[in-house]
Amino acid sequence: MSKKIADPTIPTIPFAAKFQRWFGRNLIRVYMVLAFTYLFIPVAYTFAFSFNDSGKSNLIWKGFTLDNWKNPCGAPEVCNALANSIKIGFLATLFSTILGTMIAFAIGRHKFKGRSTSNLLIFLPMATPEIVLGASLLSLFLVFKINPGFWPTVIAHVMFCISFVVVTVKARIASLDPRLEQAAMDLYANEFQTFRRVTLPLVAPGIAGAALLAFSLSFDDFIITNFNSGTVITFPKFVYTAAARGIPAQANVIGSGMFFLALAIVIAGQFINRRKAR
Amino acid sequence: MGKIRTPYLLLLPGFAFLFTFFILPIVNLAQTSTQTPVGGGDTGQYEQTFRFQNYIDAFVENKEQFGRSFVYALIATLLALAISYPLAYAIAFKAGKYKNFLLVLVVAPFFTSFLLRTVAWKQILGEEGFVVPTLRTIGIISDSTTLTSTSFAVVMGMTYNFLPFMTLPLYASIDRIDPRTLEASGDLYANGFTTFRKVTLPLSMPGVVAGTLLTFIPAAGDYVNAAILGSPNTKMIGNVIESRYFKIVDYPTAAALSFTLMAAILILVTIYIRKAGTEELV
Repeated sequence: MSKKIADPTIPTIPFAAKFQRWFGRNLIRVYMVLAFTYLFIPVAYTFAFSFNDSGKSNLIWKGFTLDNWKNPCGAPEVCNALANSIKIGFLATLFSTILGTMIAFAIGRHKFKGRSTSNLLIFLPMATPEIVLGASLLSLFLVFKINPGFWPTVIAHVMFCISFVVVTVKARIASLDPRLEQAAMDLYANEFQTFRRVTLPLVAPGIAGAALLAFSLSFDDFIITNFNSGTVITFPKFVYTAAARGIPAQANVIGSGMFFLALAIVIAGQFINRRKAR
Repeated sequence: MGKIRTPYLLLLPGFAFLFTFFILPIVNLAQTSTQTPVGGGDTGQYEQTFRFQNYIDAFVENKEQFGRSFVYALIATLLALAISYPLAYAIAFKAGKYKNFLLVLVVAPFFTSFLLRTVAWKQILGEEGFVVPTLRTIGIISDSTTLTSTSFAVVMGMTYNFLPFMTLPLYASIDRIDPRTLEASGDLYANGFTTFRKVTLPLSMPGVVAGTLLTFIPAAGDYVNAAILGSPNTKMIGNVIESRYFKIVDYPTAAALSFTLMAAILILVTIYIRKAGTEELV
């Protein structure tokens, strides 16, 4: 004890040493705070500027207002674009989820000739840059004299969403315990009953997740849409064209709204999962 | 289980769709890439002449943008890896009961539109934003230096926008590591760094490979970040393809460029996967 008190180094650098020790111990926490700050800066900015009393161009802070939130369709082109994105997203999700789930069951549940080729065909669209997907599809439409527009965009979205649906649903199928289905069969359920009463309910969360993924991919897509949508304006396309002169604050309202909606869905999903796990 | 025909029936509609709207367009793109303008025809009219010189012309004319695309994508991928690895590691090993919550936080920013986030960065880094005046006051950048319309802004935007594609696969593979292997390494007198280099890193390699691919591929073909955050001096190959299609209506060159981009990416990816030695992720 007496030796330690005699040591002159301890009392002379209390703060620096303390800080260093604290920093060493909390390095990971400090890092996480910094990383999440970086991740959330543009979100916070978008949210803050949704309350800007900005008029036409939402570049400089002019004062707080709730008007944009009360009337998100105050800039009508924003709402038109949003409606188009929702329609396209809904149709693309519906078709890609059906087609993708069928493929996932074929690959995940059956051994057949050409299985590895099938896997490759699913992987390729994900490994192809979006601009190539968009450009090639547009040239096909041009050859067949189909004008870009609403349906070509839906087709394009289904095309790039299928692979993501297959991968998501396949992962869920692979994690199933095969004994559950065997048990159903042992209890005299036929193949169809087993599928409907056992397999499908177990795979359902995977399908739901895949559908959510497909919708968000479709809703957020710009590059492929830009090539195939012609005069139809989707929400990302609207933001892109408006970016040069400053986007209206209503677009920030929609962006922030989407953020909170998606967050609510994810959190609700986790709660449901936890309930079921009990 | 079931009949031999079942899997093929399940595959048929989806594969018919992919064949028509993915394979066929690629084949058609290959055909377009060797066409030449119709003599005396309107702009946008082309005929097949199998002119493979198109590829060389397109590449030579745009080699700068090609180089830029790959350099930007590479830097953005490495930055994303550097940012994501500690983050994924912390969530997997140090987050305890907050694991799921933090994972949601990683993905959450990407629920606001990709375009809106990029525009937000443009305004944050722009002259009216708060970053530039602050840095000028502190004296880190001079009064004439700007942050937007630079390659810095483009690479930063790409790093930011593709970050979850890196973080999530990294997390998935780090989370699968049994913490006991790390303890064992410590018991065998490896220090923290050696344990990381010899145990953690090799075991997380599948995540590193998947993450870098998922980041690099979209980054190399991207043109949104360059269009919003960049200037004419930061044009990437995506910007060139877009303007060839829409502004100049030069389909053969655009097709040749798209094909070259796809081939270059596929070759790089194949070499990379071979080198990394993890083919199972496909």
